[in-house]
Amino acid sequence: MGDPMRIRAQIKDGTTDVRVLMGHPMETGLRKDAAGKAVPAHYISDVKVSLGDRTVLTAKWGTAVSQNPFLQFRFQGAKVGDKVTVSWADNKGDKRTDEAMIV
Amino acid sequence: MTTASRRSALKQGSALAALVACGLLTTRQARAFADSSAFELKTMDEVLKALGGTPADSKDITITSPDIAENGAVVPIAVTSNLPKTQEIYIVVEKNPLPLTAGFVIPEGTDAFVSTRVKMGQSANVHVIVKADGKLYSARKETKVTLGGCGG
Repeated sequence: MGDPMRIRAQIKDGTTDVRVLMGHPMETGLRKDAAGKAVPAHYISDVKVSLGDRTVLTAKWGTAVSQNPFLQFRFQGAKVGDKVTVSWADNKGDKRTDEAMIV
Repeated sequence: MTTASRRSALKQGSALAALVACGLLTTRQARAFADSSAFELKTMDEVLKALGGTPADSKDITITSPDIAENGAVVPIAVTSNLPKTQEIYIVVEKNPLPLTAGFVIPEGTDAFVSTRVKMGQSANVHVIVKADGKLYSARKETKVTLGGCGG
């Protein structure tokens, strides 16, 4: 389990704006440590955001997404009080799910 | 697609990748969305091939990114597609060791807009490939990087 995500979901004029900050090292596998040994790749490969049973965004990421990834997107059809659920899985099988209420 | 079937589809992803590798399935059949292996391709051409061909240039895709990024480790990139029926959005950084950076599936009801932050090894064109109504479109924007994002 990685660090908790910071999720903000705000609704304005029917559009829900979701912003997520995930805590993850996002190692590319190309970097070498101080001893000159390659640091193995460790990155979030799959992201899913849902509103109840409805999937509102799916993403697949490579190693070039920045450390502690940021993600912002917008969707229609939610209301204040609904819960947005964000899940990620990384290439080492670690995963995390967090949710936030739409305000 | 229900949540349950999507979940099992995710689980089957790796098995499907194996089938694709064996040539039993074409990438298109296995999955409309880019296979994970596309993220390991090393050139722009290979990535385009994996995504399904050469996209047409489009002025309906807006890429918002800095003209000059001071820190290549954190380059904010936002994409808006005004193409009708936008289904998928991909961010490809041309000169990175592994160009394909991120792919997003935009279901109905979600705006054709995503914003994220990526790493760039050096100054390069950032390409955005959009799949809309089954066709591929692209736009690109040059971003200069003063400090590369791959040295740590």
